[in-house]
Amino acid sequence: MEKIKRVNFISLLFIAIMVTIAPAAAGNETDEQAPGRTMAQQATKEKKMWITADHSKFETLNKQFDSGPEITNACLSCHSEAENQFHKTIHWTWTAGSDLDGAIIGKAGHSLNNFCISGNMMNDKGCMSCHPGWGKSTESINCLTCHSQKDMKWEESFEDFQAFSGSDDPEEQAIANEIQGEILEAVHDIARPTRKNCGSCHFYGGGGDGVKHGDLDSSMTNPNKTLDVHMGVDGQNFNCTRCHTTTLHNIAGRIYTQPAATERKSLVDDDLTSKITCESCHTATPHKQGNKANDHTDKVACQSCHIPDMARINPTKMSWDWAQSGKLNEEGKPYKTKDEFGKHDYMSIKGQMKWEKNVKPEYFWFNGSIAGLSAKDSIDPSGVVKLSHPVGNFDDPGSRIFPFKVHHGNQPYDKINKTLLAPLLSGPDGYWTHLDWVKALTTGNEMIGVPFSGEFDFVKTTYVFPTTHMVTPKENVVNCTECHTGTNSRLADIAGVYMPARDNFKILDTLGWLVILGSFIGVALHGIGRMIAGTNGRKGK
Amino acid sequence: MTSKKTTNIYLYTRYERFWHWLQMFLILLLLVTGFEVHGAYTFMGFETAVTVHNYTGLAWLIAFAFFVFWVFTTGEWRQYLPTTRKMFSVIRYYAFGIFRGEPHPVPKSKDAKHNPLQRIVYLLLAVTLLPVQMLSGLLYWGYNSWADWGIGWLSLNVVVFVHMAAAFSILSFLIVHVYMTTTGHSVTAHVKAMITGWEDVEEGAMVEAWEQKIRK
Repeated sequence: MEKIKRVNFISLLFIAIMVTIAPAAAGNETDEQAPGRTMAQQATKEKKMWITADHSKFETLNKQFDSGPEITNACLSCHSEAENQFHKTIHWTWTAGSDLDGAIIGKAGHSLNNFCISGNMMNDKGCMSCHPGWGKSTESINCLTCHSQKDMKWEESFEDFQAFSGSDDPEEQAIANEIQGEILEAVHDIARPTRKNCGSCHFYGGGGDGVKHGDLDSSMTNPNKTLDVHMGVDGQNFNCTRCHTTTLHNIAGRIYTQPAATERKSLVDDDLTSKITCESCHTATPHKQGNKANDHTDKVACQSCHIPDMARINPTKMSWDWAQSGKLNEEGKPYKTKDEFGKHDYMSIKGQMKWEKNVKPEYFWFNGSIAGLSAKDSIDPSGVVKLSHPVGNFDDPGSRIFPFKVHHGNQPYDKINKTLLAPLLSGPDGYWTHLDWVKALTTGNEMIGVPFSGEFDFVKTTYVFPTTHMVTPKENVVNCTECHTGTNSRLADIAGVYMPARDNFKILDTLGWLVILGSFIGVALHGIGRMIAGTNGRKGK
Repeated sequence: MTSKKTTNIYLYTRYERFWHWLQMFLILLLLVTGFEVHGAYTFMGFETAVTVHNYTGLAWLIAFAFFVFWVFTTGEWRQYLPTTRKMFSVIRYYAFGIFRGEPHPVPKSKDAKHNPLQRIVYLLLAVTLLPVQMLSGLLYWGYNSWADWGIGWLSLNVVVFVHMAAAFSILSFLIVHVYMTTTGHSVTAHVKAMITGWEDVEEGAMVEAWEQKIRK
């Protein structure tokens, strides 16, 4: 008997050890880093990009420049193909082909958003501050927008220079020389585009810091690692072009309906592949072997877990109600108010706006394309109009669950033609000058060649931005239970897939727990019965 | 009521007991982690629960393979052959007789460990419920490889439904089973037998020929 008992104890011990050790042994908890990180480190090992030219030493760049195009000509005297290349890119054309109805896609075409709504086919000169030419002109490219490391207000600088250099006053001449010196400094300080260059437009889209993108604003000029693990100045210090790889001045990235990458492959598969996707460097199974997260990468984009929230430093605009615009103060003048972030939440010329920080993204199936409406598309004004919306679904192997900033708008539409309208905003004929909707809408729609009946109202719209920057360190990633939960799941609205803990079969769960409850009640009653009967099995004490 | 003399018989072999307690441990762990993954409660944390559930499930598959080997090589499978004989008296005993202190209609013996009710329940467990749970669990676990396995047409919803339905059934069985261990001639008699291997049976209790394992 003694021996048997001991053997039994040993076997029980064995069970306990086996079951507790099995997962740990298989998981192999060592300090080794995840393979995806190793891959990425190898891909970016040779990150020092060296340059063989010092632009301050070139003769062509050491003369007096009276205008912007003169600088461009100097650039092109060596970089002979640069302008040809650049003229074909979306950065210059602001268009990306036509859709089926013949509407031109792009901000220089018929595309609309729910911020300043339309660029009126380049006729709204207010939008031109971001066009990479000289001032409002679309004749010559401005190489320095992207390549000079010095901040310049070019239009102002040349205006001032012209004004002072013609003067006989030696003091004004001195000022002119000083301005020319600044111009030359900017011309000499040439580099591949840095975060500041790209950010000078992309951080300020929509007319201000962080208006459009929730994941791109001035905080990303010099972010720390916590804000962005790749671009953090205390870490990898990536420039935008590290991932937005460039061919003939064409910069990889999403272009309206066209995905940033049509194929998902890594440098392991193809050493010349674009580095635009996370997978390019990190591969499709970046986590440690056996980590459940590797099983998610076929359906969940890296961004969904690794960017828990956006606008972490600066606020981003979440809604814009144009219908509230046009109010005047007691003195009968347009006015502005500010919110707790110091951002304008009301402007007579723009309407009511809402800003938010630490914004949790919304999630949609996304195959890389975004379907957008143009000024030519008819809408159903009875509901919220999806002005732009991600394309994708569960069954599409190219689709992933992807995080988005959704911007809510309330903007004018044509009550008769059932189309969204494109008001002209800036300039003497623009809404911002006269606050007359009918006038602004008539002029604006004329500019894009789309009829306006004269009758308008406002309709609620949504516009989406994929969230892909502000990748957080791994300590801060989204937890399993933020999605795998029945209450307030981040993926509450994601259809097409059963998710443990988020989903259940109501009838089965109800029935199941009833059976369990029934079992307990059954044995309890049986046991009570035995106690009352005073019998315990066949012995009958 | 006369109290009969009891005698000690060696009923459960070492492996059998080992298997019983191993499967108890594994099933308990699978239930606890499984229902946490289902979102019923928070105990060890979702991620840990998933990991433990997966490894325990795989450990279970290996352990079950050994059990199948054992049950066939030892001929113990005959103990699970179903019969309707005395089934009604066993049901009647648990429904009424037990409250009156009647003796169990089918006493245990080395060659007949299971009464007719146990035979049918354990058989159903071993050939339907547990295999269904193992198969659906394995499929659930391999969800990412379905396309590679050529079963891309399978619906996760169906697999989950089956796995959950079987989980509820197993939990229900477990509750009744644990309660039934208290129905021996003392509350702990059956549990003790499953630990030591020795069970007290009434002396002179007749084991009928049909109940006995056929020996070659």
